Amino acid sequence: MAKEKMSVTERHYLTLDKIIERHGDKPGGLIRVLAKAQELFGYLSRDVQIHVAEKMCLPVGHVNGVATFYSQFITSPRGKYTVSVCLGTACYVKNGQDVYNRFRELLGVDENGTTEDRMFTLRSTRCIGACSLAPLIAINDHVHGHLTVDDVAGLLGKYQELEAEEEAADIGAEPVRAAGHQAEVSPPN
Amino acid sequence: MVQSLSELQDIKQRFLPQINERLQSGVLAPPTQILVCTSTACVASGGDTLYKTLRKEVKAQGLDVRVVRTGCFGFCGLGPVVVVHPGAVLYCKVRDEHAPYIIRKHVVEHKIVQELLYENVSGGGERISFMYDLPFFEKQHRIVLENSGLIDPEDINEYIARDGYMALADVLARWTPAQVVDAVERSGLRGRGGAGFTTGKKWSFAAAEDSPQKYVICNGDEGDPGAFMDRSLLEGNPHAVLEGMAIAGYAIGAGEGYIYVRAEYPLAVKRIELAIRQARRLGLLGENILGSDFDFEVDIALGAGAFVCGEETALLRSAMGFRGEPRVRPPFPAQKGLYDKPTIINNVETLANVPTIIRHGPEWFAAMGTENSKGTKIFSLAGQIINTGLIEVPMGISLKSVIYDIGGGPPPGRKVKAVQTGGPSGGAVPADLLDVPIDFESLQRLGTIMGSGGLIVLDNTDCMVDIAKFYMKFAADESCGACTPCRAGVVQLVGILEKITDGEGTMEDLKMLEELAYDVKDASLCGLGQTAANPVLSTLEYFHDEYLVHVRDHRCPAGVCQKLLGALAGNTYGIDNLH
Repeated sequence: MAKEKMSVTERHYLTLDKIIERHGDKPGGLIRVLAKAQELFGYLSRDVQIHVAEKMCLPVGHVNGVATFYSQFITSPRGKYTVSVCLGTACYVKNGQDVYNRFRELLGVDENGTTEDRMFTLRSTRCIGACSLAPLIAINDHVHGHLTVDDVAGLLGKYQELEAEEEAADIGAEPVRAAGHQAEVSPPN
Repeated sequence: MVQSLSELQDIKQRFLPQINERLQSGVLAPPTQILVCTSTACVASGGDTLYKTLRKEVKAQGLDVRVVRTGCFGFCGLGPVVVVHPGAVLYCKVRDEHAPYIIRKHVVEHKIVQELLYENVSGGGERISFMYDLPFFEKQHRIVLENSGLIDPEDINEYIARDGYMALADVLARWTPAQVVDAVERSGLRGRGGAGFTTGKKWSFAAAEDSPQKYVICNGDEGDPGAFMDRSLLEGNPHAVLEGMAIAGYAIGAGEGYIYVRAEYPLAVKRIELAIRQARRLGLLGENILGSDFDFEVDIALGAGAFVCGEETALLRSAMGFRGEPRVRPPFPAQKGLYDKPTIINNVETLANVPTIIRHGPEWFAAMGTENSKGTKIFSLAGQIINTGLIEVPMGISLKSVIYDIGGGPPPGRKVKAVQTGGPSGGAVPADLLDVPIDFESLQRLGTIMGSGGLIVLDNTDCMVDIAKFYMKFAADESCGACTPCRAGVVQLVGILEKITDGEGTMEDLKMLEELAYDVKDASLCGLGQTAANPVLSTLEYFHDEYLVHVRDHRCPAGVCQKLLGALAGNTYGIDNLH
């Protein structure tokens, strides 16, 4: 198991090196590289930041400065599902804050916190530009719109159920897709 | 590779019939095309799977019908939106399971599916079949959005069929760069990103610089939370932005362009990347464009979530891979921009206006709008309003008309209290001033700004002090920290507002709030800081009474401020917020 994990990480580093080669010396290359690194590794660990700095011939401090400046980048590991609650203006005036508080209450974590079982990470996010569905949240890439405080428990339950099923079936692959792509919107008229 | 205008015309003629069919409304004929909106909001409500299901269904039944994905129709609140042509029959809130039904009833039996039609709630509840009959579209004037919701944004041929890249071809064949700058200046086009600087003037500064290396940057860092114009344009009509950039490059003598776009907009990034590849393949970007000696390359620079990066000097730093911290101007980017080379930075919507201005002439453009604000403006409607979505209106139309005629007004039983324009840098226009015409100067006179086009409607359930606090918290979060007035001042503003919303504010605090707000405005380094206190100043001016009620009576009339709810027996709005 450990051996296999190593190779996955190594593969990620190889992919990352290719991205650095392709985008490294273009304007804004570092941000692109870091975005890709986060996609590969899930977050920008100290090691990943040092690796990027070395490969791009930049001071580590510069890379860390950029990694911590932008809200898109995270430097600590996340849970399997990241619950991003939009708190842009449109969502805020549609009670997005209450929805956020409900998640905080049910998950028992604060901003950027991860549940003990490493299932969920909670964060408030900047506007994702789908304001007509306000208030909305995204669980990983899956958007749920027109959410009310009362929907929160059920929604989390659905993901927990999914996880249990998965464990029972012992597959482990593509759990997110199984959740379906259809967002929770109100029925037609 | 397309080498000339006539070759471009050939492509246009090939694809024109299928586009023309989508432009007729009200004629019912056997359907041949089904358009599905696949922009972010509709995808989030299932548009993507719907598109696939419709395709599968059509294929399975062997029907001669084309299923096309399009950009935003603007009707985001009722998505996913499907339009069947010919006739332009619009269906809203179409779910995956409706797909077979639409195919059977409309496509095979040629009958309109009544229950999925738009229901005109504010107009008596009648159902409207044809897209162009919807009141939502009636008062709009779609110039920049003309292709959004009409063409497949992932197919360059459909853009060409709508005269795409004709402006570029014309410019390269017959215009001098100076003529292009002159035409854009004469059109009166002003920056659509917020400040409203005359675009032609900006171009002329960069054109006057003597440098072998210049850059065109498209600012797609739509930072205003609650605004989605740029996203929709990049998703729905990406080639118009590319064409605008190439024309700008030719005008100022730049060979490279970058689109700075937020990483929060993955679909926009994907569509732009695809558009760049397609344009390159046809020789509409790259070397010797359309057989001329003009070279122009476009690439993407990713933003990573920082509101301050909408400010141009911060954007430049970010585009070079640094922390997005602004610097003092001058020197302006037109003199010293990306890598210290002359650079113009234009907003997405500004650039998307350019091809149309070239095609129809600056006089045509200048004939629309008001004396100092020409053309149209795209707005995103959100908040407490029935029709949320994306609209384009001529400058000079009243805010009231936008909110009521197009937006359908607030939800039943509610009353509009104010409309926030310009996002965190703007201010609130109170309900009794909604007659204000939408143009740069009129809005400024009311203490707000046009901004990039986000309109948030607030009603009697929203507390204006709370809204001001919301914006100050946002600004405190997003302040880059480079200058003290913004870094420390905004945090203090949040503190005072929290005191007031907690019921502990004094009259002294109100005075301090106003003084400090002016200090932050006057002393900050960049646009973010200079405008950060605007929401406080504008609510203090128009909703002073509401502040007073919080301070003197320890009461929140809207029932939003949690700590003041005890004093609020009988207010139904307050109860809703308790859990």
